[in-house]
Amino acid sequence: MEHLENVTGIVAALDRSNIDTDAIIPKQYLKSIRKFGFGENLFDAWRYLDHGEPGQDHSKRPLNPDFVLNQARYRDTRILLAGDNFGCGSSREHAAWAFRDYGIRVIIAPSFADIFNGNALKNGLLPVVLDETTVARLIKSVEENEGYILTIDLPSQRVITPDGEVFNFEIDAFRKHCLINGLDDIDMTLTHADEIHAYETRRREEAPWLFTDL
Amino acid sequence: MSAETLYDKLWNSHVVREEEDGTALLYIDRHLVHEVTSPQAFEGLQKNGRGLWRTATNLAVADHNVPTTDRAAGISDPISKLQVDTLDNNCAVFGVTEFDMLDPRQGIVHVIGPEQGATLPGMTVVCGDSHTSTHGALAALAFGIGTSDVEHVLATQCILQRKARNMRINITGKLPERVTGKDLILAIIGQIGTAGGTGHAIEFAGPAIRALSMEERMSVCNMAIEAGARSGLIAADDTTIDYLKGRPFAPSGELWDRAVENWRTLTSDDDAKFDVEIEMDATNLKPQVTWGTSPEMVVSVDGHVPDADTIDDPARRDGYRRALEYMGLEAGTSIFDISPDKVFIGSCTNSRIEDLRAAAAIVDGHKVASGISLAMVVPGSGLVKKQAEEEGLDKIFIDAGFSWREPGCSMCLAMNADRLEAGERCASTSNRNFEGRQGHGGRTHLVSPAMAAAAAVHGHFVDITEI
Repeated sequence: MEHLENVTGIVAALDRSNIDTDAIIPKQYLKSIRKFGFGENLFDAWRYLDHGEPGQDHSKRPLNPDFVLNQARYRDTRILLAGDNFGCGSSREHAAWAFRDYGIRVIIAPSFADIFNGNALKNGLLPVVLDETTVARLIKSVEENEGYILTIDLPSQRVITPDGEVFNFEIDAFRKHCLINGLDDIDMTLTHADEIHAYETRRREEAPWLFTDL
Repeated sequence: MSAETLYDKLWNSHVVREEEDGTALLYIDRHLVHEVTSPQAFEGLQKNGRGLWRTATNLAVADHNVPTTDRAAGISDPISKLQVDTLDNNCAVFGVTEFDMLDPRQGIVHVIGPEQGATLPGMTVVCGDSHTSTHGALAALAFGIGTSDVEHVLATQCILQRKARNMRINITGKLPERVTGKDLILAIIGQIGTAGGTGHAIEFAGPAIRALSMEERMSVCNMAIEAGARSGLIAADDTTIDYLKGRPFAPSGELWDRAVENWRTLTSDDDAKFDVEIEMDATNLKPQVTWGTSPEMVVSVDGHVPDADTIDDPARRDGYRRALEYMGLEAGTSIFDISPDKVFIGSCTNSRIEDLRAAAAIVDGHKVASGISLAMVVPGSGLVKKQAEEEGLDKIFIDAGFSWREPGCSMCLAMNADRLEAGERCASTSNRNFEGRQGHGGRTHLVSPAMAAAAAVHGHFVDITEI
């Protein structure tokens, strides 16, 4: 995956709770067998006025002028602010791929759904949890100041405002290491192949019914 | 050893190694695969020249894209067809056991796992699908994963994860007649919210849970994810063991006896500590109906659509307003006065034989109301369909005017041809009422199978405990 260390960029706000993965990338785009090309269908049902289908030329579709990412001032959004329980719903990793392909690298919200959170981290997309009051304040700043920019510094785990105000955030040490170095989980796990084999040998003795071939 | 919860036991028995920060390498016993979230994973393996770690523990089936009408005619949508063909091809190339579209055992992945005995107590079970929580009903640690993890499990038979916190929801009392596990889980989500279980594994316990059939337990655990929890769990007991006996992939002979002895230990210890404990009484529970665009937006059938203006929290108030507008509902409307256009009985939540029996019992001798443009029953698997036909349930549905379909996910998420049109309202036994879930602009009301059946015959929601 693409590594992520520091992100400085335009911030947009989607001030609602429970933004689900069906809203982030509707089901018709999940028919793709590819891992890329989801950016133009991020928030498809909110972003366009018509109903889209895969294979269409999406650049010709009518845009919803009220949707935040369609507004000129948010054209280069790289950081998204949103309400709590972000990414709830299905396990579709296409949701994380859609943000990545669109160019959004960081999402800041008071809470994230577990599966989305994991999927994001595996695709160079950083979910940052800040408390509700702070997120509300940042959303207000974004709305009041055109061109509002935040800096996310992953090594020091800080969100920095243009005024120099700093908010710290938490992230698992292991995930942070993977993000900063753009590491592939599988390579790392396979360095422990001996331990996996040893586990299997022990378990086959203890619980052989778990090892029946299908 | 200190007292353990069921989740602790399942977790601890699967840890291969642990990083300093608590990230564990967790061994996966069973991997279920479907066509939507696996193609990129197989492609990744091929690109990197990797094989499968343990081929014979993967079970694949196409369910999301498959048509529910004439199977022999194949899939007409070329993009859906390519996805299903890709699964068939990947399974052939990698040697994965697959129930293809024409296999009589084909069905929804979360129906066929338990049905085949491929899901067993004490296992870790994963699938690239959030409703994998369903399998926790068999005292298995089961959760949904994304495609990167699908590839990771195929290549290493493990997953990297941090341990969740323990939550127990204890249900006292006894569910009234015709009030089901589906109503119970909707009421639980209504109480704790869609993020109530985030970061937790939820164990459902108590006398009302013990009294549930396996099918109802699966409905409850299925929607643990709608309460924010990746995993739902129910301890193993006689109901679990009786359900599994004789299933194709379940152990037999001496191995069965050894397994059962082990499964009897798959309960939380008496003095086990939970991070969160919640108690609810089932005694006076009414059938539940969702009115909004999140499963937590739910009321009893004898209730009313809420008034957003009475909500103090501004974010929640905005959410309610948006939901009411999307759903085309006025505050204060009686749930009895809501009339669906379509009725969908199916999905990994409610498409098992008992669900179909409950719906058929309501439908028997009645006709679908004139205001309903389509009422459909989509069995969860080919074997559920066959059993229902042997019991004559298909005839009851067809005589009443229902459409009797082939198994698959169907209108739960409308990836195949079954969908709502914009503005259409549906009484649905599925699990998500998100905007556009059942079709662009479609409006979903989540209910139990008997409630959906009653809405089909009456043309509006009714209280099935009163008819």
